[in-house]
Amino acid sequence: MPIQTSKETTALIVTITGKMDALTAPEYEKKFSELIAEGEISFIVDFEQVDYISSAGLRVLLATAKRVKAVNGKLLLANITGVVKDVFEISGFCTLFPTHDSVASALSASLG
Amino acid sequence: MTDTCNKIVAANVEKLPEITEFIEGCADQFGLDSKKKFGLLIAVEEAFVNVCNYSSPDRKGRIEVLCDRVDDALVVEILDSGSPFNVLSLPDPDTSLDIADREIGGLGGYFIRKFSDSVSYRRRNDQNVLRLVVNRSSSTGRL
Repeated sequence: MPIQTSKETTALIVTITGKMDALTAPEYEKKFSELIAEGEISFIVDFEQVDYISSAGLRVLLATAKRVKAVNGKLLLANITGVVKDVFEISGFCTLFPTHDSVASALSASLG
Repeated sequence: MTDTCNKIVAANVEKLPEITEFIEGCADQFGLDSKKKFGLLIAVEEAFVNVCNYSSPDRKGRIEVLCDRVDDALVVEILDSGSPFNVLSLPDPDTSLDIADREIGGLGGYFIRKFSDSVSYRRRNDQNVLRLVVNRSSSTGRL
């Protein structure tokens, strides 16, 4: 699965590559569940290398956000651009999630 | 594109890459720009997945996807022999709710409508037929 994680003091950076579609979404959901089970509650998801997302991908983000919110955690999104950004805007997910222009910006926000 | 192209696969989400490749090929041959193509791929994925999940949940059915050019539009029809199911009958999600209140799901039909210039559903010969139309020009598109 094209997913990498990097631990920072205030959050776990999750870098996703490629597509978040109906075929790959279950794998991502499983990975996020494992990370939450391991005690992670604050995530920054880096979308720089995501070139496609459908409703299945958005569902994973929403389900994960609901879970981390329940434990006072955070799910921040970074580097959402181009056609992926269009999907976020049409679905209302841009207002649903804090989005940042860079991982550094999201990290700063995760301090608060 | 001069002739109708078609692709038949099992009603199984694992076949999604084959459908995506087929639609990409049709869109490229038609000359659809990248944004419109991206939107079409989403609309077709949502329609395909809905058939897999709701119309043929036993995964025994087959799905046929047809691509045709009508004047200056690319027409995609998704046909299946499963139970009657009109994805367009589903209500739009409330996109103004926050994380706690927002329901998981409900975006599939919404995306089909949003990423097509026109869309319609009908039963024909005991099949569900979902017809998506994407115009070459972006004037009426949402992207």
